Amino acid sequence: MIGLLVAAPLLGAAVLLCGGRHLNRTGHWLGTVLAGVSFILAAVLFVDMLGRPGDDRALHQHLYSWVPVGGFQADIAFQLDQLSMTFVLLITGVGTLIHLYSVGYMEHDERRRRFFGYLNLFLAAMLLLVLADNFLLLYVGWEGVGLASYLLIGFWQHKPSAATAAKKAFVVNRVGDAGLAIAIFLMFTTFGTFAFGPVLANAEEATQATLTGIGLMLLLAACGKSAQVPLQSWLGDAMEGPTPVSALIHAATMVTAGVYLITRSGAIFNAAPDAQTAVVVVGAVTLLFGAIVGCAKDDIKKALAGSTMSQIGYMVLAAGLGPIGYAFAIMHLVTHGFFKAGLFLGAGSVMHGMNDEVDMRKYGGLRKYMPVTFVTFGLGYLAIIGFPGLSGFFSKDAIIEAAFAKGGTQGWVLGAVTLLGAAITAYYMTRVMLLTFFGEKRWQPDKNGNEPHPHESPKTMVIPMAVLAFGSVFAGGLFTSNDAFVNWLKPVTSFEHGHPPIGVAAITTLTVVMLLIGVGAAWLQYGRRPVPVVAPRGSLVTRAARRDLLQDDFNHVVLVRGGEHLTRSLVYVDNKLVDGAVNGTAAAFGGLSGRMRRVQNGFARSYAVSMFGGAALLVAVTLLMRAV
Amino acid sequence: MADTSFPLLTATAVLPALGAVATAAVPAARRNAAKWLALVVSLGTLALAAWVTLAFDPGGARYQLTESRAWIADFGVRYELGVDGIGVAMIALTALLIPFIIAAGWHDADPLEDTSPNRRWRPTQGFFALILMVEAMVIISFAATDVFLFYIFFEAMLIPMYFLIGGFGDRAHSAGEAEGAKQRSYAAVKFLLYNLVGGLVMLAAVIGLYVVTADQLGQGTFSMQQIAEARAAGDLAMATNIERLLFLGFFLAFAIKAPLWPLHTWLPNAMGESTAPVAVLITAVVDKVGTFAMLRFCLGLFPEASAWATPAIIALALVSIIYGALLAIGQRDIKRLVAYASISHFGFIVLGIFAMTSQGQGGATLYMVFHGLSTAALMLVAGFLISRRGSRLISDYGGVQKVAPVLAGTFLVGGLATLSLPGLAPFISEFLVLVGTFSRYPAAGIVATVGIVLAAVYVLLLYQRTMTGPVDKPEIERLPDLRPRELAVVAPLIALLIFLGLFPKPLTDIVNPAVEHTLSDVRKTDPEPALPEVEAAK
Repeated sequence: MIGLLVAAPLLGAAVLLCGGRHLNRTGHWLGTVLAGVSFILAAVLFVDMLGRPGDDRALHQHLYSWVPVGGFQADIAFQLDQLSMTFVLLITGVGTLIHLYSVGYMEHDERRRRFFGYLNLFLAAMLLLVLADNFLLLYVGWEGVGLASYLLIGFWQHKPSAATAAKKAFVVNRVGDAGLAIAIFLMFTTFGTFAFGPVLANAEEATQATLTGIGLMLLLAACGKSAQVPLQSWLGDAMEGPTPVSALIHAATMVTAGVYLITRSGAIFNAAPDAQTAVVVVGAVTLLFGAIVGCAKDDIKKALAGSTMSQIGYMVLAAGLGPIGYAFAIMHLVTHGFFKAGLFLGAGSVMHGMNDEVDMRKYGGLRKYMPVTFVTFGLGYLAIIGFPGLSGFFSKDAIIEAAFAKGGTQGWVLGAVTLLGAAITAYYMTRVMLLTFFGEKRWQPDKNGNEPHPHESPKTMVIPMAVLAFGSVFAGGLFTSNDAFVNWLKPVTSFEHGHPPIGVAAITTLTVVMLLIGVGAAWLQYGRRPVPVVAPRGSLVTRAARRDLLQDDFNHVVLVRGGEHLTRSLVYVDNKLVDGAVNGTAAAFGGLSGRMRRVQNGFARSYAVSMFGGAALLVAVTLLMRAV
Repeated sequence: MADTSFPLLTATAVLPALGAVATAAVPAARRNAAKWLALVVSLGTLALAAWVTLAFDPGGARYQLTESRAWIADFGVRYELGVDGIGVAMIALTALLIPFIIAAGWHDADPLEDTSPNRRWRPTQGFFALILMVEAMVIISFAATDVFLFYIFFEAMLIPMYFLIGGFGDRAHSAGEAEGAKQRSYAAVKFLLYNLVGGLVMLAAVIGLYVVTADQLGQGTFSMQQIAEARAAGDLAMATNIERLLFLGFFLAFAIKAPLWPLHTWLPNAMGESTAPVAVLITAVVDKVGTFAMLRFCLGLFPEASAWATPAIIALALVSIIYGALLAIGQRDIKRLVAYASISHFGFIVLGIFAMTSQGQGGATLYMVFHGLSTAALMLVAGFLISRRGSRLISDYGGVQKVAPVLAGTFLVGGLATLSLPGLAPFISEFLVLVGTFSRYPAAGIVATVGIVLAAVYVLLLYQRTMTGPVDKPEIERLPDLRPRELAVVAPLIALLIFLGLFPKPLTDIVNPAVEHTLSDVRKTDPEPALPEVEAAK
């Protein structure tokens, strides 16, 4: 049953990618239906799970022994517990909606069948990632989603920028993957296994150094997949992919896999405080980093990408807090899945109506032309800034409280950072909202001279947006009533009540104040006065933020250019020095170089033959000598 | 097994040898008949190899299907064959790849159309006969349990390889036909000289081995089994220095063949200048004899010296991994890029062997097989691409996926296998090598892990530069997609890469016991986990 969850989309991927052109007309529906089948299966399993008591909800399924070599025993085996179930519902639910949306969005793309094949492949890999019962199988899903992400970012391969972005995403992710691999090596040498059960149950017995090592390597992996500093540079470029991809993979699901990994490995982090500190630092830095970048981008998708980075920073920070934070990290992950996917789909709907224009400075006043998109996007907007009563308010507030509850100076610093983040979030999202839907229209003809005619999108696109908006509004309230979400996850992630040094009411009030400051600042800048179509030069900070705070430039100069110089000089060294040295050494013994030179004069064959003849003679002589 | 039973291993090697002779004898006018004959013979050999695999009992004796006949009695040279699980895997790989190599090279040796005076004579049937001859010699090498017998074929396979590289090279040369011919000759001779030098050193060591056994056992012998028995009984104890010298003599030959840094420079030339199927023959089949021989002969004959040399060899392997990958990133020629990638991969194989753990050596053995499959997939598709455009330069391509999506798709799968994507077979072997290395030498394991990041860079750069982007070259616009023959070559390879990636157990079942034997040769056991009780409770 659990295996079927993965098998359905995998089958879809296989059929769509290997099938021929005759599937072009129906393929997208096949892909959508199989995603839906997975969702229905998940729902059935969910209902079944609810029927059992909290401690008895995990399901296990052992398929077969995969790689047995000595003490190394890797199995294809699944585990479905509350944590996995949460992800499975999110992945298949949002996944199905985005399949549906793509039917409309990709309608005019001649390679639509392949697009759906890749989407199905992504679902299968992502489900494998969250259903695996050991770290090696998780690794397969981990790199599997990386592959799907690579294929989908680079879907429009004819654009060099897309191809470059895809490669960059894969390579940066590979750095993280290497971290995951090393973590698995360490588990194997420590516990003799890398299955969740025995590793996590016995985590405390390992030495502090080992646990810190494993924790840091897992964090590296999480940084790659979840676009956390210092491996965040790929996410902005990944917006080259079609917008449904940005919504599903680069907002709602894949990029949150790092949070899953840390939460899943909670037992290791709980016993390794140094690694935990590293996790919260990464989360806090990324939270601000992404938010600042999000303020400066004029490309609507890149602004949202900065926001994603920042919101995942919140989740990572929460996961780094330990048992007081895991459940909140996952709760924010789910609500974020709703509103961020909804926001991206809204952005896609806007682009759909605006000749694929992405520059928000060339939008303006769209609320009159795209009312449904405006409403659904607006609800997502209210949710993400944490407007009281909507999803983001509950999930973000919980994280801010937990951050304060960390205690000591750390608690104050983290609390302040999360509050500051809330203000910046309100600022950049209000900016997006105002630039896109309010003010005067600032549309310009595209490069072919076509004036955009903004219009509402087709039903297949609007329905998913509406469903996600619904989730953005109500999920948070539902999750927090009677602590439903925390109680649901508690058996897996464990939970402790945090005790912030200031009252909960005070924190909530502060959060709302920060929100109002952010909204107000954005309104002063973009609502009150007309927006220039060409971005002003901006302050030094703005310019740096537009360039992703120069981190990418650093990568480019040091890693890319440096790497090019290194490989080029090595090519020279290999051709001249290594080759020459070995030939030269041989020459010293056997006059090889003289022969080589003659070879080039055209005596190749005769020399080779005589050389071999010599060898044969030598063998014969040796044998003869021994015989005598 | 009794010697009176059907000599299956001999038959598996003799069939392609006879096939080679028969193919060569086909008149030039009927070259299509020669091709079909070669293909049928290679498929027959595959059937025999399948029989070998099925007849092999993983739970049985170490060497099975043994044959033993006196040969040159005066020197204790015997015709002794036998396979352990590692040998079975290698024979199966060889027999499996040859039909694909033949089918992929179907038109590679067709008569040249140009009538220039310096046109070379290229007998079509000769090309296929040489491939079959190499197959026969490689199979004997994998099956030989007599050191001298092994040595003879280890050396002899250089001759057909030499002619395959020099006589039937790649004509896609940017600097023109004349310069191409020169480069081909250079590559062929370089291949020959490098390997001959290794072979001569090895010959000295082989003779040395004879002297030592003759000295200590009264009667010189090259038989692996006799030497192992004598060693176990305490009759044979080599002086430390002698053992180390002999080890180095063997190892040098194998390290040239494998090839290990810094003895690798012949490989890019040889793979670049030969046609793609021959390049696959070199790196996927012939070079594997080198790493196979390290496992069987270096470790089996000289366990103490192997342990002594391990730190240095691990260092060289790590250099190979990183250096090969960096060089691959810097290449401008598709085939040379694959060659340097192979150097990196051979580094992994050697690393796994000398990590002396069951994961390392089991992984190394699987790596030999899976690297054969992945390189074949990548290189053969690259060859199809090159034959269309007539250029090996990466910069002459771009946007191919737009005009030839199937070619691009299969190329990508080959590339993903090369970078060891999980789900495809090479991931398993690479991960095993890494984990096996890490469990004994953590630092080496971490350095080698850097290799997986670099692999992503060279594979995806290659794909990006050749397959993606706009179609801005007129030659690319007219590029046809894969033809049925070509698809028939690539599709089964890809299917195998996926199948073995998901279900490698049939192979690990065969290989594991052999690895245990090899480890007991060098008296090593796997390091215990820090918390063994967790493992026990599992």
